[in-house]
This record gives sequence, structure tokens and C-alpha cells, in this order.
Amino acid sequence: MLYARLITMRLMKAIVVLFLIIIFNFFLIHMAPGDPAAILAGEAGATDKEFLRQLRERFGLDQPIYVQLWHYVSGIATLDFGYSYRQQMPVLDLILQRLPATLLLTGTAFVLSLALGILAGSLAAARVKKVSGSLIMALALLFYATPLFWVALMAVVLFSVYLDWLPAYGMYTVGAGLEGFALVLDVAKHLILPATTLALFFMAIYTRITRASMLEASQQDYVKTARAKGLKDRVIQRRHILRNALLPIITLAGLQAGQMVGGAILTETVFAWPGIGRLMYEALMQRDYNLLLGIFFFSAALVIVFNIVTDLVYRLADPRIKEAS
Amino acid sequence: MSDTILSIRDLSLALPRGADRHYAVENVTYDVARGEVMCVVGESGSGKSMAANAVMGLLPKGVRATGGEILFDGQDLLTFSEDRHRHLRGRRIGMIFQEPMTALNPLMRAGDQIAEVFEAHGVLTPKERQAKALALLEEVGIPQPEKAIRAYPFELSGGQRQRVMIAMALALEPELLIADEPTTALDVTTQAQILELIRDLQQRHHMAVMFITHDFGVVAEIANRVCVMREGQVVELGSANDVLDTPKHAYTRALINAIPSNAVPPTRAEREPAPLLEVRQLHKVFRSRGGLFKPAREVVALHDVSFTLDRGETVGIVGESGSGKSTLGRCVVRLERPDSGELRLDGIDFTVLKGDALRRERKRVQMVFQDPYASLNPRTRVGMAIAQGPMANSVPREQALKQAEDLLELVGLGAKTAERFPHEFSGGQRQRIGIARALALNPELIVADEAVSALDVSIQAQILELLEDLKQKLSLSLLFITHDLRVAAQICDRIIVMQHGRIVEQGTAEEVFLSPREVYTRQLLDAIPGRAHEPAMA
Amino acid sequence: MSFFARFAQNRGALIGLIILTMIILMAILAPLLYPESPWRMVQRPFLSPMEVDGFVLGTDTMGRDVAAGLMHGAWVSLLIGLVSTAVALIIGVPLGAIAGYYGGLIDDGLMRFTEFFQTIPNFALAIVLVAIMQPSVTSIVLAIAIVSWPPVARLVRAEFMSLRHREYVEAARLVGQTNSTIILRQILPNTLSPIIVLASLMVATAILLESALSFLGLGDPNVMSWGYMIGAARTVIRQAWWLSFFPGIAILLTVLALNLVGEGLDDALNPKLARQRQ
Repeated sequence: MLYARLITMRLMKAIVVLFLIIIFNFFLIHMAPGDPAAILAGEAGATDKEFLRQLRERFGLDQPIYVQLWHYVSGIATLDFGYSYRQQMPVLDLILQRLPATLLLTGTAFVLSLALGILAGSLAAARVKKVSGSLIMALALLFYATPLFWVALMAVVLFSVYLDWLPAYGMYTVGAGLEGFALVLDVAKHLILPATTLALFFMAIYTRITRASMLEASQQDYVKTARAKGLKDRVIQRRHILRNALLPIITLAGLQAGQMVGGAILTETVFAWPGIGRLMYEALMQRDYNLLLGIFFFSAALVIVFNIVTDLVYRLADPRIKEAS
Repeated sequence: MSDTILSIRDLSLALPRGADRHYAVENVTYDVARGEVMCVVGESGSGKSMAANAVMGLLPKGVRATGGEILFDGQDLLTFSEDRHRHLRGRRIGMIFQEPMTALNPLMRAGDQIAEVFEAHGVLTPKERQAKALALLEEVGIPQPEKAIRAYPFELSGGQRQRVMIAMALALEPELLIADEPTTALDVTTQAQILELIRDLQQRHHMAVMFITHDFGVVAEIANRVCVMREGQVVELGSANDVLDTPKHAYTRALINAIPSNAVPPTRAEREPAPLLEVRQLHKVFRSRGGLFKPAREVVALHDVSFTLDRGETVGIVGESGSGKSTLGRCVVRLERPDSGELRLDGIDFTVLKGDALRRERKRVQMVFQDPYASLNPRTRVGMAIAQGPMANSVPREQALKQAEDLLELVGLGAKTAERFPHEFSGGQRQRIGIARALALNPELIVADEAVSALDVSIQAQILELLEDLKQKLSLSLLFITHDLRVAAQICDRIIVMQHGRIVEQGTAEEVFLSPREVYTRQLLDAIPGRAHEPAMA
Repeated sequence: MSFFARFAQNRGALIGLIILTMIILMAILAPLLYPESPWRMVQRPFLSPMEVDGFVLGTDTMGRDVAAGLMHGAWVSLLIGLVSTAVALIIGVPLGAIAGYYGGLIDDGLMRFTEFFQTIPNFALAIVLVAIMQPSVTSIVLAIAIVSWPPVARLVRAEFMSLRHREYVEAARLVGQTNSTIILRQILPNTLSPIIVLASLMVATAILLESALSFLGLGDPNVMSWGYMIGAARTVIRQAWWLSFFPGIAILLTVLALNLVGEGLDDALNPKLARQRQ
């Protein structure tokens, strides 16, 4: 009951946000220099007079701006994101086709970064004054400062070109015709480099926040109580310190979801991973702005889904929230 | 009977370099016998808790023992490894802390936190642990123990949490219980109940209790023997009666005398009633704004509050937390806006003033705040902090700063201090600065909201004296808000007792203290620690 | 202890400061050491480092001097990092201050607005903005500022919320100070240290963002930048990895240095926290 109410509430909020993004997109097209129709058509489509005429008609571009806005919003509300002239496909179909790959990549990277980050962070917190603790933090800082796309490129050079351990491009071996478990294995092999390079930056963030948050929690009075009980240090670390330290980490993870979708654009571009990030790059190269805005809308929707999930997880982790909501 | 369980011998604990003194405690020696309550008393910074932390093996980082020994049942704890020490904690020595709000893990159920003690020492099966936890909660007198065992700390009141802490400390029937200011954060009536519980359990289990406190009232209530500490050293040691009735050391005497006594001040000379502040039917409800699916919550802070305050009078507002006393004070200075009712100062209705009109009029009522550390802007020189008020009311800067120096002189700090920053002052000195700031606008009424509650007793007495003195000199009126009846008795002409947002009783100090009409007032008076001992102390 | 002494106690911060100074020197000396445009073709393409005298880092696919590009790129990175952070502060600080000080409906409204910008994936938004406004230093600075002000607003709001009920602020209200005086003289000075620390980290993030944008081909076509160099060399990574490697190291060092300096500032400005952290 409580969760149903909560989810409804969050969904309503999500709809409002998405609606605002549609409006934002609309005004962006109109603020841009040049003919809105040409922008929507993309560079290639703009040379096709017939296509431009169709676009003008459909979006009512010769009518007052509020009518145009209405056309645009009602179009997207009925899941009509327009047509990509260059790719000769409806934008929605293009995006839906590419979405699973992105979900696989970001999902894997998300879990990987969170798990490893929390592990590294708690190790660093437990070894505060030791060399190993400082080493973890130095590494985290290094990963944090490294440009994502550059790590990806260097990983290709090292692991694909020189060592030839892992495939450098794509999501599966083209033309191999693999099925079943062999296919899963093949995809997994292709996934390792993109997911790891995408995860590194976020792992660094989670490591830092975990350590800070655990050190903060270890100063709390209830830790002294736990020690006064005669509990073992290990139990105190896990049950009292880590559990309390997790709360800010979950909050941060929710906030970082958006960054991760952004990071996927770079990773997918470098590894030719067939997701919406790569599609965004293609749209960018072809000046296909209607497709670009469609992807932008979907990436925001993806972030909202991530946010709702972290919100639910937070509520599971903190008994105090139930009372408040 | 003197079967010693804990014996501290010549203990010295060194503070880390850079601290304001070298030793937390120096050459401290005292014993705790089985079945007795030993009170370690001192003001803040006396090092009274440090020895206890050393006994538990829970010294803060950087503090280390440099000499002496701590004999527990004949064995020197200072030589124990961390692991041996751990086996002792919770099993043979239990400890409870000051802040019940933060001493429990917010994410664990009360029952699980108690059961953890058994788990830590590998005692009982998980099921038996829960059963024992329930029995313990019953023993410490928590209402509805079956419910409390499943409750998270945020669902329990302060007193209930402290009971959970006690249940935890008692779980394995330790021979020694260390209680570090366990009632300081509680309301008086709750404090009285917890003290009774500790005394009761101590006798039933024949435990030794090392009770750390700053409050001689509490000492009188619970101690068999007393150890008075000052700046890391023991100044007096003896039986409770000896120390309370015939203190030998001057410092102990000063501490005991500084406690506002219950002797009600004589009714002052009759004054012509000249009402300065008239409060009529004040109402205030706090609402948390509800959301789409969230019902709004309401807390009644003030309900039908009416009283008057005459010129030159000191009225005390007394109540426990949640009584609405602070809200009342904040309404009077218009930091809070009452929902309905009248609040007339010299005939002008303050409740209807807004914006600039309010800004111009509000200088007539000023406030002295509770927390000496939060009440001054850390980046503003104190002279400027005082001068800001007059400057905001169009007094030229030079003149305002000159006046600030005079005020600092008046509150006993000296004009030269105007150039300093707040962090260079002690808590008591800052409170003097706060008073000077309130006086800078020549107010007619000063509202003092728990103005001495955060201070050590000896400092408390000085600030109360200063307030009394200034009141006479400047013919001020004072609305004095406090939770501490002893303080109220010392300074107030009339007293208003509040509970749950309503006025329970009001009358002259004499009437309220000597012949209270209401049950609640009597409960409050009975709960004052050390009251039974009063005649000897006064 | 003086501010600098506390700062220097953090060895990392000192190293960061040294690296940062070197990069600033690079930016300043670029027009002196390499007065010609870094876009000019000066040698045959694909020279590896040290292969020909005077081309320490070799040449790129078009025969342009990599070292010259690196030096001129420093200027662009620092400029965009600093200016976009300044713009983000100009948006975020007043918004956060007003939301935190007044609370209530104003706070609700402003925070929904901020949340909206935080929900939108930063980088995707920056891409869309730059693509549609057309790539230029101005559009890049604006885009980065627009995606990076929300954390500033949230931080300032949180600080204001915790300070606005501080007793010294209430005392200021009681003596009749106006809201604007209270905001500017009582509260804002006490929020400066976390803002300074955040700003130093934001410059680092802005530099990363700028490099990612130019990597995708959204850099200002008139200025040489590190991200562009990596992006341009991407297709030839198998033949000439160093073309991507050195600009990457330059970005890494700059961002690292800024982070180290930020941590040092944090320690120096909040000595109590620093001691706790150790």
C-alpha cells in the first residue's frame, strides 16, 4: 500500500519532469539559429524540399507558437517522436532498438561500480592510517581525474591491440551466428571493457564517499555503545558503521545515475557499442537534431527510472522514512 | 562491606599535544566498592569522564595512560590487550551514556540491540536472546515491552531510550556499571524516574555504580560516596553526607553554594502594578505542510496563553521540553508569529506588526539566547556584533561602536575586548556579550531563553547575578524562560508553569514553590534532584 | 597556524599546486614558445616523439606539432574551466541563498527547478545545448555552467538553512537588520569556505566536460583543445597511440592537480574536519 502510493507519487513527478523536458526541447529548437524545420529534418533531410514541407505541415510551423507547442507536445505524448531522414526510420523505433544495449551496459557498470566502490571505500576506512588505505584513496583519486573516453581508448590499445585479450568493438562477434550460452558468453566478453571503463570513474566516487561516510559514522555515539557491549571490531564495522554509512551512498548513487547515462555516450562511442549513446553520437555527426532531442528525452526518462529505484531502496534501508511519508 | 571492585591508583592520562593542558587526569586515586554508588562530580573540562573511559578501554584517540594502574577485581586493566578488554566490556562492566538520542543505532530495533550483547559474548541461542531482551525491557519499566522490543529508536522517547540503554548495560549482570551523565539530557521528571530506576536496580543486583555527573543535586539523590574533580585532579573524596554537609575543600563549597538553592527569595517590595506586557489568549499551532498524499501534522505549541508582566518585574516561564515555553518567548520577540491572540507591549499590539513597522518597533524587546557558542557570528568582532543593532536603527557607526565599548564595560568584560573575535571568549563571557548586545538598543523588556542552561553552575551564578544587577540599574523587565526550577526560584518574582502548550499554574514565586495548587507543579517540584537533602545544603 | 601552513601540511595539495602552476605557465608561455597557430601543418604527419629534432611529441595525422597543440590547449582548458565555474556560481549562489533563507514556497519552487536540472543527464544536456547553439567557446561555457550550477545551489541552500536559525542570525533579526544585510553580512561569509572548495572541484569537472565535448567534435573549431586532439587521433589509435596518450595525460594531470588543491583548501579552511578525517 505504502509502496504503491509512493510509486504513484514518483511517477506523477516523473511525468511532470518529462513534460518540462519536452517543452525545453521545443524552445531549444526555436532558439537555435536557422529554420526550425531544417533543424528537425537534420542536415541530410534539409535538402529534401518535400520532406521539409511535410514537417512544416505536421508541426504547424506556419502557425502561432502556442499551436506549434501543442502539436509538438501532443505528438510526443502519443509517442510520436518524428522521423529520422538519415536513418530512414521513425525515431522511436531507432531508440527502442538501441535501448537494451544501453541498459545492459549502464546496469552492469552501475552494479560493478557500486559493489567495488563500497568494498574499496570500507577497506580504506578500516585502514585509515595505513599505507594500503592511502593507496586505495590515491587510486580512487586517479580514476576520478581520468577522462572516461581516454581510459576507454587506452584500454583498447592495451587489452585489444597489444594483448589481444578482449574484443575492442561492438556487442557481439559479427557473422559468428552464435546462439544460447555461447552468445551470452560472447556478449559478456564484449561487455567487459566498456562496462569496466565506464564503472571506473563512478567506482572512484563511491570509494571516496563510502570512506568519508564510514569515518563519519564511526564517530557517532552508537559506535561507542557498540564497543561498550564488547562487540568485535569486525561486527561493529559491518553492522553499525557500514549500515549507517550506506544511506548517503544510496542517495549519491541515485544522483549519479544521470552522470552514468552521460558517460555511456562516450563509452559507447569509443567501443561502437550499439546503444542510444552511440546513436546520439551518430545523430550528432549527421546533424540529425530531431533524433538527438528524442534520445535526450529518453536518456532523461532512464535517469528518472534509476532515481525511483534508488528512492525505493533508500526506503528499505532507512526505517525512519516510513514514518515521515 | 568495603569489598573493592575497582581501584584506580595514581592514574595519569596524557592528552595529545596541542591540547590546552598536558593531562586529562593526573595522579587520580579512588576506589569503588561492590554495592555502592560512587559519584564522580566536576564541571566541564574537569576530566571526570576520562578515568571511566580508561576503565572501559574506550579512551578517545590520542589520549593515553602514562602512569598508575586501574585494578578491576585485582587485575590491572591498563596491561590488558584489546581482546581481553573486550571480553570484559558488556559482560563484567556495563556503561550508559549521556545522549540517549544518539547512543542507539538508528537503523536497528531496540530488541536486536539488546540481544547483541549476548551475541557479543556468545551467550544463549538467538531465540533465548530475544526472550531475555523482553524480560530486560520489562525490568527497566518500559511501557508495552512487547512493542518496544520491535521499535526503532526514533519511535521511542528520550527516557525510553535511556531505559533501553540501561537494559543493554544490565544484560549480562555486570559487577560494575558506569553511568556517564545519564540524566543530563532528560527532563526533570524523567530524570527523577531514571535515577530511581538506577538506584533500584543497583540495590537489587548489588552492583557497583560509578556515576559521573556535574549536578550536586543528583549527587545528593543517589551517591554513597563522592569524588570531586577539578582540572584533572581529585580535590575531595568522602562519604556523600560528609561532602554535602561539611565540604572541606573551598572548591567543593563553591560548587555546592553555586547551586541555586530552593530557598524562595523573599517577596520583593510591593510595586504599583504597571503592566508592560499583556498577553491575551495566545494560540500557536505548528503545521508540517502536507503533500498530495501526506496528511498535514499539527502540534499545538500554545493554547490560550494569557498573562501580564509588570514594569520592573521578572516573570519565570517554567516547563519541560515540549511545554511551549520557548515558543512563547519567541512569540513575544516576534521570531514566531502567533496564530491568534494579542500581545501588547505598552499598549501596542505586536501581533499585527509587519515588515518595516515591525523592524522599527522590535528593538523594544530583545532576547538573550541559550547557546553561547551559536549566538555570536564567528566572523564578527564582538564590538561590531553589539554595534550592529544601533547601526541598523540609524545610529552613526562611530557612536555605536563607542557605545558598544561602554556596554562591554558594563557587563564586566572591559572596553578593550571589543576588538576580539567570539572564539577568544569562554562560554560565560560570550553570554555576557550576548547580554550586552541585547542591551544595546535600550530595550524595555528582555526575554532570556534558557540563558544559563548551557553553563557550568559556578558560571551560572555569576550570570544570574549580572542579570539581576543590570535589571536594577537599567530598570528592565525580564521574561525568564527555563526548565530549571532551582534557577527560576533564584531570580523570579512570579512564576508561570507550562505543560503541553498551556499554562498550568501561575503565581508569585513563594506561592508556586511553597503551596503549589496543581498536581503537575508538585510533580515538577518533587522531581528536583537533591530536594530531600536541601535543608542541610542551604 | 596560518592558512598556508595548514594548506601545506597536506602534501598532496602542495604537489597539486606545483602541477597546477606548471600548467598555468604552459598556458602563459604557449604564445611565446609556439607563436604560430597550433593548427598549422609544420612537418610530415605521424612523426613519433623525438623522431625529428624540435618535435618532442611528434606530429599528428595532418602534420601539426603535438607539443604546440598541448601548450595552446592548456590555455583553453583553464579558461573554459574557470569562466564556466564563475558563471555557475553566479547562477547557483543567489538561488541557493534565497531558497535557503526564505524557505517555504519560495524554497519549494526554486528547489523543484534545481531538481529538474539535476534529473536531466548533465552530459547529454550539454551535448544538446552546444550542438544546437553551434560549438563556440561561449556556447561551451554556457552549456557547462547550465549543467553544473545545481550542486552549488543545493550546497548554498543547505548552508543557509542550517545557519538561518542560528542564534546570531535570529539576534540580527531582533535588532532590526534587514534581510539583505543578514544574508550578505551574517550568513554568506560563513558559507564561503565550502563554496570555495566546491568551486575548485567544479573547475576540474568543467575541464573534464569540455574535453569530452571536444572529443565528440563539439569543440570550438577555432581553438585547439586537448579533447579535440584525442578525438582526432581516435581513428588512428592502432598506428599512433601517443597522439591520444599525451593530451590525455595533460587532462589527467590538470584535473588531478585541481582536486588535490581542492582537498588542501578543504583541510585548510575546515581545520576541525581535517583532523577528524585523519
